[in-house]
Amino acid sequence: MKWFSYSILGFWVLAVIIGYLFRLDPNLIDLNMVLQGPSVQHWFGADDLGRDILARVLSGVKMSVLVALTVTVITMVVGVSVGMLAGFYGGRVDSVLMQITDIFLAFPGILLAIAFAAVLGPGLGNLILALCLTGWVSYARLTRGQTMSLRNRQHVQAAESLGAGVPRLLFRHILPLMTSILVVEAAYSLASVMIAEASLSFLGLGIQAPNASWGAMLRDAVRFMLVAPHYVLIVGLCLMSLILAINLGGDYLRDRLDVRRDIP
Amino acid sequence: MFLFHRLTSFFTVIFGVLLLTFLLIHLVPGDPVEVMLGESASSADRDALRIELGLNQPLLQQFGTYLNKLAHADFGHSIHTKASIAELIKTRYPATLKLALLALMIGLVVGIPLGIYSALKAGHWQDILVTIVSVRLSAMPAFWLGPVLMLIFAVWLGWLPVSGMESCASIILPAVTLGFGLSAILTRMTRTSLLEVLNDDYIRTARAKGLSERVVILRHAMRAALLPIITIVGLQMGSLLAGAVITETIFSWDGIGRLLVESIEKRDYPVTQACVLIVALSYVVVNLFTDVLYKLADPRVRVA
Repeated sequence: MKWFSYSILGFWVLAVIIGYLFRLDPNLIDLNMVLQGPSVQHWFGADDLGRDILARVLSGVKMSVLVALTVTVITMVVGVSVGMLAGFYGGRVDSVLMQITDIFLAFPGILLAIAFAAVLGPGLGNLILALCLTGWVSYARLTRGQTMSLRNRQHVQAAESLGAGVPRLLFRHILPLMTSILVVEAAYSLASVMIAEASLSFLGLGIQAPNASWGAMLRDAVRFMLVAPHYVLIVGLCLMSLILAINLGGDYLRDRLDVRRDIP
Repeated sequence: MFLFHRLTSFFTVIFGVLLLTFLLIHLVPGDPVEVMLGESASSADRDALRIELGLNQPLLQQFGTYLNKLAHADFGHSIHTKASIAELIKTRYPATLKLALLALMIGLVVGIPLGIYSALKAGHWQDILVTIVSVRLSAMPAFWLGPVLMLIFAVWLGWLPVSGMESCASIILPAVTLGFGLSAILTRMTRTSLLEVLNDDYIRTARAKGLSERVVILRHAMRAALLPIITIVGLQMGSLLAGAVITETIFSWDGIGRLLVESIEKRDYPVTQACVLIVALSYVVVNLFTDVLYKLADPRVRVA
């Protein structure tokens, strides 16, 4: 399973590099090729404007990974900070912060991200903002629980009695013990952010034309499904393979780092 | 005591949800009225809308008015069609509910038996196959599964209608799309929780009494194994409501999700606001019921 995951990830990295070397142009319009199936010139066929689907898939994966990484890093920093504060101080701070996370959790799935993206307006920056505004909550919850249990460990209390300040306790004595659990969480959230980004782009709320994005491509592909079924199948398979690879990578990390992650 | 705690947190969350949806319209960059009406609107129209939405009042007063209106089930009017939003929701909500309930049923009918089968065959190839399929395919996003199902069953085989909601069969594809992920999750949950109880003493006793395997599994083991499943179903009901946004869009199913997407496309923010609020409130209420139901179903809690 591990090698399966690696090979898919390796394939995508290689594909992006090759696409770069061969200078595939994702925006080159060739009206003779409109919605043609896979052929020697266009391995994945062409879309409704005669653009090469392979080139657009490769340009889309870069965008998708960029968004997913940015969102994951930002949400992790925010969520971990909130969670550590809540878990460390407990009491009032904790209950206020947790009430706030409860409110965010009351909006199921990507509903809140849809709502934020809708009012903020389309565009890359707003897409990232919408995903960040909703994504930090799960990190906050996870970190809070961890901090609460780690706070009472002997080494933390020893450091505290030796006069270590709060930042030192948090960053030197508590945070390092949570790294493996956070790394695993980040791996899974990479996949879920990618799905969320694709969903928003699918609804027309994400990355805008002419930039390629898998969600937006699927949206176009569904419109032309009757004439060009290859379009929807190919883009969907690409998305699935990448998500699958990331999730398998997450499983591998989880087993390797020995983290127990309960299914919700 | 449990109920008291649960209810206080329920009301705080409801209040937070109201506050957050109220603030949504203020997150619009620039002037929301201009964004909604477009640049060509006359200044008289803009002022009229600003007054209708109360955007000229202080924020706190606006929130008060918002709560007061909601208390009277008044969601305001759509900016474009002038239709009452409460009416829109009343006509669209049942369609979503129907879809979500059928999806839930599909999830239960497929997921639980498959999970039982998988647990009984634990370690055999059948179990491994079911686990791989359910773990891996649950990650399949609706906006791909939907079109693929549509392509196979509506376009190529021609068995089911492509989209819309004219005939009874129209609900099948969107419901399967929506229920698919749930059935995968339920399969895994049923398998895990059944395996956990199967080694318990009372199961051995039941077997030793000479009860048939059917009775042992369904009457004795499943009763205990069902508890965690209730929680999952409650949590997933929310995802079903949210997932309906995409599924309804793909299959042109006139539910609340499609209303939401349409309102976003037309920048009809009062409708957007109302849709988000309704879905979130449904989720919060379902969660409350699940929690209470769970406590009632668990005999250990009932005694204590």
